[in-house]
Amino acid sequence: MTSTVSRFTVALTAVAGLPAVAGGLNLGVELPRLEVAEYHRPYVAVWLERADGTVAANLSVWYEVKKRDAEGAKWLKDMRQWWRRTGRELSVPIDGVTQPTKPAGKHALSFSEGSNPLPKLEPGQYKLQIEAAREVGGRELLSIPFEWPAKQATSLSAQGKTELGEIKLELKP
Amino acid sequence: MFSATRIAAALALGCAAIGAQAHSVWMKPSSTVLSKADWVTVDAAVSNDMFFFNHRPLGLDKLVITAPDGSTVEPKNAHKGELRSVFDLKPEQAGTYQLAIVNSGVMGSYKDSAGQMKRLRGSADEIAKQIPADAKEVRVAESISRIETFVTMGKPSPLRLSGKGLELVPVTHPNDLVTGEEATFTFHVDGKPAADVEVVLVPDGKRYRDAVNEIKLKTDAQGQVKVKFPTAGMYWLDADVKDDKTSTPIAKERRLAYVATLEVLP
Repeated sequence: MTSTVSRFTVALTAVAGLPAVAGGLNLGVELPRLEVAEYHRPYVAVWLERADGTVAANLSVWYEVKKRDAEGAKWLKDMRQWWRRTGRELSVPIDGVTQPTKPAGKHALSFSEGSNPLPKLEPGQYKLQIEAAREVGGRELLSIPFEWPAKQATSLSAQGKTELGEIKLELKP
Repeated sequence: MFSATRIAAALALGCAAIGAQAHSVWMKPSSTVLSKADWVTVDAAVSNDMFFFNHRPLGLDKLVITAPDGSTVEPKNAHKGELRSVFDLKPEQAGTYQLAIVNSGVMGSYKDSAGQMKRLRGSADEIAKQIPADAKEVRVAESISRIETFVTMGKPSPLRLSGKGLELVPVTHPNDLVTGEEATFTFHVDGKPAADVEVVLVPDGKRYRDAVNEIKLKTDAQGQVKVKFPTAGMYWLDADVKDDKTSTPIAKERRLAYVATLEVLP
């Protein structure tokens, strides 16, 4: 196992030309299929918090980007925790972060350390935060704590009850 | 019992009835946190219970809306109805809008030569002229009251303080309140932190429960109170101070009142 990792590390170093290997995160976000009379795709925000609650990175924000007169920004505040922690300081849209809302189903996101929007992370305890708010619907916040850097490939998950389904977080050392 | 809030209410109503029924004055915005420049509508009323319209509308003549850059904004569609006044506001600038109604005046009473109680109301100069030479039991009090609420678009900005009378100074910004997080407010009298100020917080929805559920606090030596809100919703905050730092020698007593409407999010 150790020799495989070393060879992998050497290979990556040769390719990237970096003194150390950059890690990464793979995120699986499931939006549940809901049987409601009036369904609107939820607004979703994904961000990383440090142990002290400060924000290390905004990874992904799904909102109605294309609406006329930036009308879509009206509901960003309904992602209440995200709004207070970081959203209200930002100006959307943000390259590499904001995206249009997505339909029910499973969605995959991938982030590499040192590559927008995931900066180089200081070693320590972090929390992946994911918050969803749906028009004429509810709001749900899930947290996945993790330690960085990951010594080996790690799989973590959280299960939502209402507005979010299964959230899978893979840490790549 | 003299209460600064009652006096504030009486002044706000434009009537000289001291000792009248105690009523609460308040402005209540439809939203206090916005992520886009959008309309907000504000109700203003004098009532018995929070936040129900069951008495009189609050006059808007002294309403001043201050934008984050310090400029004044005119309320739109202002209307005074039977039970409430209402106006609209569209915060276009990022930051905090302060909506305030400030009333100051002098009130009092005296007994004339026939022993009849006469009321006094007006500015300090006007009152001085109203008191006859043979008046007895002259009681004159000065009053400053401030009724406030706050609306923030985007990132909250620091509040502009008047430095006069009683006012709330954020340690925690009034548009940054959530249940489960302790908030700290400082109270200033004439620009300086004031100890022993009595502060009361009343949650919305009194009609649908038995108890008022008020939270009673007193500012400490640093003029601060700390509060953890038990439920989300609108809260009415009332603070009162009595002192003798009047601006006119004929008034021996000063009553300061501060009222604010705070929105606490879940």
